[in-house]
Amino acid sequence: MSAILTVDRLTKTYAGGFTALDAVSLEIREGEILALLGPNGAGKTTLISAICGIVQPTSGRVTVGGHDTVTAYRSARALIGLVPQEINLEPFEKVINTVRFSRGLFGKPRDDAFLERILRQLSLWDKRDQPIRSLSGGMKRRVLIAKALSHEPRVLFLDEPTAGVDVELRRDMWEVVRQLKEDGVTIILTTHYLEEAEAMADRIGVITRGRILLVEDKDALMRRMGRKEMRIELKEPVTRVPQALEPFGLTLEGEGRRLVYAYDRQANRTGIVRLLTALQEAGLTVADVETKQSSLEEIFVGLVKEEVTP
Amino acid sequence: MNLTAVAAIYRFEMARTFRTLAQSVVSPVLSTSLYFVVFGTAIGSRIDEVEGVSYGAFIVPGLIMLTVLTQSISNASFGIYFPKFIGTVYELLSAPASFLEITAGYVLAAATKALAIGLIILGTAFFFVDLTILHPGWMIAFLVLTCLSFSLLGFIIGIWAKNFEQLQLVPLLVVTPLVFLGGAFYSVSMLPPAWQAISLFNPVVYLVSGFRWSFFGVADVAVGWSIMAIAGFLLACLVAIAWIFRTGWRLRA
Repeated sequence: MSAILTVDRLTKTYAGGFTALDAVSLEIREGEILALLGPNGAGKTTLISAICGIVQPTSGRVTVGGHDTVTAYRSARALIGLVPQEINLEPFEKVINTVRFSRGLFGKPRDDAFLERILRQLSLWDKRDQPIRSLSGGMKRRVLIAKALSHEPRVLFLDEPTAGVDVELRRDMWEVVRQLKEDGVTIILTTHYLEEAEAMADRIGVITRGRILLVEDKDALMRRMGRKEMRIELKEPVTRVPQALEPFGLTLEGEGRRLVYAYDRQANRTGIVRLLTALQEAGLTVADVETKQSSLEEIFVGLVKEEVTP
Repeated sequence: MNLTAVAAIYRFEMARTFRTLAQSVVSPVLSTSLYFVVFGTAIGSRIDEVEGVSYGAFIVPGLIMLTVLTQSISNASFGIYFPKFIGTVYELLSAPASFLEITAGYVLAAATKALAIGLIILGTAFFFVDLTILHPGWMIAFLVLTCLSFSLLGFIIGIWAKNFEQLQLVPLLVVTPLVFLGGAFYSVSMLPPAWQAISLFNPVVYLVSGFRWSFFGVADVAVGWSIMAIAGFLLACLVAIAWIFRTGWRLRA
């Protein structure tokens, strides 16, 4: 896939001297979903704002669809849709009017049939004539998405689209995002819900303290950095890990009823067979065995922790 | 040029006017009508002519100017301040529209509203006083230029303001006193010579004087000076707005 958006050494230093973005470079491939993860204040929203023209970068260059966001800002911005983190909407305006306004603002002629399709897709069509202040929080978020999509962008930024949204609505929103991807929209998603990134993203980017730590294919990242654990339930509890099992680095949990063995799935020898043999030799009876892959959340926490305490 | 964006902003702002018709149109018309009743009819009937014009008719251009100035400023300042306040300004900043287009949308809408109110007040004045307009073309030209230039000023105030108090600060503490002291209710020639000289530093004197000239053919300052003053003011506002959008002052982080 070719890159639809390139960020080259983008830096933002505020007047007070705080560097929110430190020479960030990034390539977004056409049609993908990239989840940008990072702790609070990592620079996720600043990065999006700098790309979209809301924040003026100190240095660096951004191109969207080959158009420079400074020298050819009209062509570049026309390709971008932005769903901000906060629910920023005109409370007294009707849904349809605010969506029409967004389309016009981005230079597109009125097309009620297209807007109807978007509003139906987002389950907003029945509410088109309602003032925004009468909608629920989840519906307001959908209005933000409808506004961002109203000018048919090729790149969509979703800045924490499911923050404060209940579980059911969050899953609905994921469905909307998947549908957009199917329609060929490139999506850059920031989120605090790592489960969300794990469920939807093709690639994961991790940003902290204004620097990109990594951008990698999600599955490859989870394979590379994810650890696997084998949990061995014992029939009879033990007070300590038997001496013969110490080389395996086991941890004892569940009031002495569970031994946990962490291993690298990609290693030539995982040590599982040796461990099971050693358990038998030590006279322990195994009641049950289960394995667990570490989640993206655990990988993310590990990465950010490493960065904070090098 | 993204004229579609200009039209979108213009329509959106005008829709706000129609949503709040009582506040936007009825209220200024009512308060100006009260001025006509109190100053024009009640008190004015006991005042001699000013510059050969009955006092009731003499104050009409000043009253229209007072309303048009305050309406232009408040409409345009609110128009851009409200998106800043509720956060929807992100959309304007990320749109493929230039500063000129965004400004044009807001300023044209604010000027249209102020112009409409000015014309309604003028129409209302005919119910209270005998009025003739000597130079109707110039009258419209002064009105339009005033609406545009003070809408630009209002737009700057809306960008500058960080809260609703600041939004009201300039209109209440600067513009209203300048209009009252700018000859809205009197001729500058009625003042002592020293105050006449001081009045010439008040830019509103030139607007009121030029506008009154278009009605009655009498003016406190030469009409050419009035045109130059308003054109200069318009230019200064445009330069200020171009700078604001170039630097992102009070708009972009």
